[in-house]
Amino acid sequence: MKSFKLDWLILPLLGIALMMLAWQVSSKTWAKELPTPQKTWEVSKDYVIKPFERRGEMDQGILRFTWYSLVLVAKGYALALLIGTPIGFCLGLSKAFTKTFDPIIQILRPVSPLAWLPLGLVLFLGAGKQASELGALFTIAICSMWPAVLNTAVGVRAVPQDYLNVAKVLKLSRWKTLTKVLIPATLPYMFTGFRLSLGIAWLVIVAAEMLTGRPGVGGFLWQEYNSLIYEHIILCIITIGLVGFVLDRLMSLVESRFKTA
Amino acid sequence: MSHHVDLSNLSKVYSTPKGPAVIVKDFNLRLAKGEFVTLIGHSGCGKSTVLSMLAGLNDITGGAIILAGKELVGAGPDRGVVFQSPSLLPWYTAYQNVMLGVEQVFFTASAAERREIVEYYLTIVGLGESMHKRPAELSQGMRQRVGIARAFALKPKMLLLDEPFGMLDSLTRYELQAVLLKLWRENRITTLMVTHDVDEALYLSDRVVCMTDGPEAEVGEVLEVKFPRPRERQAVLDHPDYYQLREQLITFLEDRAHKHRPAPVPNAPVVTRSPAAEPTNRSAPALVGRV
Repeated sequence: MKSFKLDWLILPLLGIALMMLAWQVSSKTWAKELPTPQKTWEVSKDYVIKPFERRGEMDQGILRFTWYSLVLVAKGYALALLIGTPIGFCLGLSKAFTKTFDPIIQILRPVSPLAWLPLGLVLFLGAGKQASELGALFTIAICSMWPAVLNTAVGVRAVPQDYLNVAKVLKLSRWKTLTKVLIPATLPYMFTGFRLSLGIAWLVIVAAEMLTGRPGVGGFLWQEYNSLIYEHIILCIITIGLVGFVLDRLMSLVESRFKTA
Repeated sequence: MSHHVDLSNLSKVYSTPKGPAVIVKDFNLRLAKGEFVTLIGHSGCGKSTVLSMLAGLNDITGGAIILAGKELVGAGPDRGVVFQSPSLLPWYTAYQNVMLGVEQVFFTASAAERREIVEYYLTIVGLGESMHKRPAELSQGMRQRVGIARAFALKPKMLLLDEPFGMLDSLTRYELQAVLLKLWRENRITTLMVTHDVDEALYLSDRVVCMTDGPEAEVGEVLEVKFPRPRERQAVLDHPDYYQLREQLITFLEDRAHKHRPAPVPNAPVVTRSPAAEPTNRSAPALVGRV
C-alpha cells in the first residue's frame, strides 16, 4: 500500500476502531459476559476521570493504583539491576565464572513469576506485615534481572580488542579499565538488557499483586474479578498495556542516546 | 650499552591441534637509540606479530626483547603504539583520548602541565581546532593524527607503528607521513614501523628490514637508507639511489621472500600468460617494469 499524508495517525486509529468493533461484536454474540466498550466506559469512567481519588484501600483512581505498582516495580527493578549488572560483568570477564554459574542461570531464567512468588513469601515470612512487599520485590528482581545479566555479559565479551589494547598499552589500572573502557563500551548492550528487564518487571508486578492482594493495578484487577465487575478487568488491562508501552518507549529513548555514543 | 632495543632469537609459536605452528622463528634485530627502522614483508608474514610482541600485546614464546637495558615483560606506556585502526575510545574527545595516556605517564605533573602536553601534541599534529571533537566527528586521517599525538605525548622510550597509514588514501597518507617525520625529528624516539609500502619505508626510515614469508618468518635482508635528513619527499624521490633501493626491495618481496616456495619454471609463465591470468601472478613484471 502506498503511504499517504497522516498515515501515521489514521492507520493506527483504524486499527483501534477495528479492534473495538471486534470487541463489540464478541460481547454481543459469543461472549455474553464480556462487557461492551460503552458499558466498560460507563462503569470505569469514575476511575479514569478522577484518576487519583482514594475512596478506600481497594477502591482508588486508576492512576493512583498505577502509581503504587510503579513504585513497587521501581524498587524491584533497581534491585535487579544492582545485582544483575555486576553478575553480567563477571560472566563477561571470567570464563571460569561463566562455566560455574551459567548452567544455574539457564535453569533459573525460564521459571515463571508465579512459581517464585510463593517462595518469596516463604523467605520473608519472619517479616510480618512486610512479607508481601518483600516477597513481591524478590520475585520482580529475580524474574527481571536475566536480560540485564545476559546482555551485559554479551556486551562485555563484545568490547573491541582495540579498546582493550589501548588499556593494556597505557597500563590502566583495573578500576580505570573498568570505568573508562569496559563500562562505556558495554553501555549500549547494558541498556538493551535494561529495557527488556523493565518489560519483564512490569509483567511480574501484576502477577505479584494478584497473588498478594496488594493495592495496585494487578491487585485491583484480581479484586474486581472476584467482585464480578468485569468492566474493571478491561480497564486494568488497557492501563497495564499503556503503561508498559510508555515505559518501553522511555527506555528506548535512553537506549538510543547511548547507541550513538 | 650500544643498542637501545635488542630483539634476540625472538620466536612465536602457537600450539594448534595439528601441532605447533611457528609464526616467527629466531628473529634478531637491534635498533640504535633514535633510529627509525621499518619492517617490511608480505601480508601475514609475521611482521605485525613481532611488533605486537614488542608492544607486549602478544606473549613471547622464545627469545627476549631488551629495551633500554631492561628485559620487557608485558605492555606499558614506555612504548607508544599507533595501531592500524586509530583505536580511539569513541566516548571521549580527541583531547580526552590523549589525556588518558598522559595522566598515566605524567601522574606527578600538575593538571595545567598535563593539559599543556596534550594541547601541544594535538596542535602539532594539526588538530588545534578540533581537539574537543569526538572520533565520530573526525575523518579517518584526523583520527590517526590523534593516535600519533597520543603515542608521542607519552614521551615513550620507543615508538611502535603497525601499518599506521594503511587505511588512509594516498594524499592523507603523504600528509601524515610528513607529520610523523616532523615529530620524530623533534623527539628522536627510536621507532619500529611495520608497513608493506615500499615508498613509505624508503621515505621514513634509516634502515629497512625485509622479512621472509611465514611460517617461520625471519629477517631476510637489511637495507641502509642513507638519504640526508631532514627529508623532503621530492628530494628523496630525486635521489640517485632511490630507484635502485626501491627495485632491490621489490625484487626481494617478489622473489626472495618466498623462501619456502619452489622456484618458478623459467619461461613457462611468459608463454602461457594471458590478461586473465595476470592477477594470480602477484603482478611482479608490472611493478618491476614501472621502476
